[in-house]
Amino acid sequence: MMPRAKLKAQKQERAAELVRPLPQGGAWITRAREAALARWSEMGAPLKRDEYWKFTDPRALIAEGTATAAIQDTSDEAPMFDAFDRVKLVFVDGVFDAAASDALALEGVEIGLLEDAAKADLHWAKDIYGTLDARAQTPVERPLASFNTAYATQGVLIRVTGTPAKPISLIYRRSADGSDALLHHVIRVEAGAEVTLLEHGPLAARSNTVIEADIAEGATLHHIRSQGRDHARMGASHIFAQLGAKAQLKSFTLTVNGQLTRNEAQVWLDGADGSAHLAGASVGDGAFHADDTVFVAHNAPGCESRQVFKKVLRHGAVGVFQGKILVDRVAQKTDGYQISQALLLDEDAQFLAKPELEIYADDVKCSHGSTSGEIDATQLYYMRARGVPEAEAKMLLVLAFLAEALDEIADDALAGDLRDRLEAWLQRHK
Amino acid sequence: MLKIENLHCELEDDSEVKILKGLSLTINPGEVHAIMGPNGSGKSTLSYVLSGRDGYEVTEGSATLEGEDLLDMEPEERAAAGLFLAFQYPVEIPGVGNMTFLRTAVNAQRKARGEEELSAGEFLKVVRAKAKELQIDADMLKRPVNVGFSGGEKKRNEILQMAMLEPKMCILDETDSGLDVDAMKLVSEGVNALRSPDRAFLVITHYQRLLDHIKPDVVHIMSEGRIIKTGGPELALEVENNGYADLLAEANA
Ligand SMILES: Nc1ncnc2c1ncn2[C@@H]1O[C@H](COP(=O)(O)OP(=O)(O)OP(=O)(O)O)[C@@H](O)[C@H]1O
Ligand SMILES: [Mg+2]
Repeated sequence: MMPRAKLKAQKQERAAELVRPLPQGGAWITRAREAALARWSEMGAPLKRDEYWKFTDPRALIAEGTATAAIQDTSDEAPMFDAFDRVKLVFVDGVFDAAASDALALEGVEIGLLEDAAKADLHWAKDIYGTLDARAQTPVERPLASFNTAYATQGVLIRVTGTPAKPISLIYRRSADGSDALLHHVIRVEAGAEVTLLEHGPLAARSNTVIEADIAEGATLHHIRSQGRDHARMGASHIFAQLGAKAQLKSFTLTVNGQLTRNEAQVWLDGADGSAHLAGASVGDGAFHADDTVFVAHNAPGCESRQVFKKVLRHGAVGVFQGKILVDRVAQKTDGYQISQALLLDEDAQFLAKPELEIYADDVKCSHGSTSGEIDATQLYYMRARGVPEAEAKMLLVLAFLAEALDEIADDALAGDLRDRLEAWLQRHK
Repeated sequence: MLKIENLHCELEDDSEVKILKGLSLTINPGEVHAIMGPNGSGKSTLSYVLSGRDGYEVTEGSATLEGEDLLDMEPEERAAAGLFLAFQYPVEIPGVGNMTFLRTAVNAQRKARGEEELSAGEFLKVVRAKAKELQIDADMLKRPVNVGFSGGEKKRNEILQMAMLEPKMCILDETDSGLDVDAMKLVSEGVNALRSPDRAFLVITHYQRLLDHIKPDVVHIMSEGRIIKTGGPELALEVENNGYADLLAEANA
């Protein structure tokens, strides 16, 4: 075991190597960036020896030089969310493409770009940008998020005041094999407002994204994302969300392929009767490593939270789940649920899970479970005995396994689109 | 229709455990045969071996359906060839809708036989009608396969599957267990409705009561992996009245 001080020194040293001049900007963002850079330098870069990175090696995420990953041809599938009316904002290699995007106009929402807002000396996002990142550094450090806050120049700033008629859809395309992208989005959902944010596409060969969401009293944020099919892609993502009383967050992530994905979420239920659902389905075949690291803090009474993560793995694919429910002393009547499950399609696949509960209130209902197993032989036989061919029966069973996660998506049609992607993936990886 | 000759099987994992020990049986089209026998005599194992469940090793003998070697086929091929097993313990499949499962099975079999698949509309019409006859409500069709079904509901669901798949050779393994008197009538009516000159049934049961509704042509007594006696419906009555003791003694004599 390495002494803590020595590890810290190594982390700081590694962090210093990655420091470069901050981007130019107005007063508010410069302040946020400087503070984030100070956090990064102090915390240091994540290293494999960090307890929090025990199951996932962060080295490739912070390696110097531009990352490369072949761009996957996805013309065999209909474009994602194609059938849905939505406001489309396109990013190519992590840079906003105005020509390919819709106008930034939608009734009930104010949509701006980080690159524009950064030029101003003052912006509504100043209370959130970097603030939630800073808050998310305890009890566990997430230095990659601070790195993002310091250096990101691209992203959207969304303020929702009503209930817009359609979702806001962020589309991530790639044009170059070599690309690194830092995206930082800020969302403020005002009291009683409701919005759906969609994200899909591979973003970059290597990406680091942060979403900071401030969801006010009685407001709702639906978030659905799909991380793209590129096999060699890698990335770290962060969702930081704080919820007021009766506020709701529903976030779902589909992770299909990708050699290294770390999805972190930190949610604070700060007001009474709030609700946070975080769910994900990942499927990997071969060089695939998908890590969901989720932390839900119940800081007020009467809140409900769910973490539902399902992984289907084969041929050496690795799945990781680190999930925690933290219930504060004041958070009586908490209803917390956490399930993480892996379906291992062969003996080479691996699932590593660390489910945790930390409860300081006495009147709470919390349950957690984590399992990994194979396809149920009796169910498979029963289906085959009814004439369903083995491959088709397996597919139905795998989809059934993933269904509990997909069920977390409120909109059935959107959930259906994701289900189709999973089915197509299973067809390709029979 | 179904011809089983000198069938021997043992557990794949433990060849010491021999379950079927030279079983022979011939069922002609249009006939209904019943098998009765003490617990553990191998009745369910016979149905599993015929339908292709893993875990059993056939060491001797043969089983053919209309002359085709059953033992050489995958379970789904046996089903498409017309074999159906109503399970003693129907399996729960969380996450797979009953209706989806039924349609997938019906169309998979049709496809395997080179027939056209049923459209969603046609399928729905047929399934609703048959479900109604078995008093299976719409809710049960929507729910995941057998999940949360009562014992009797599971058995009725098996018969619904049989009615939809229209197999040639139907094996019913203790379909009467767990059924109340009314459900037993429903299920029997469902079975009798399917009786036809080119379809045959093998009914495994412990009780004469089912055979009052589904009248067998032939009754077999099975013990320790073999048929020890074959006779007419009166054999079932004899078991009902006297148990197996005399029959077993007679066979061992
Ligand atoms: N997979 C298995 N592993 C171990 N033993 C088995 C297995 N399958 C069957 N057997 C044994 O083989 C024998 C026959 O079992 P089977 O279920 O076929 O009996 P059965 O005649 O259907 O009985 P019942 O009337 O109770 O349904 C029993 O002794 C049973 O324990
Ligand atoms: Mg049995």
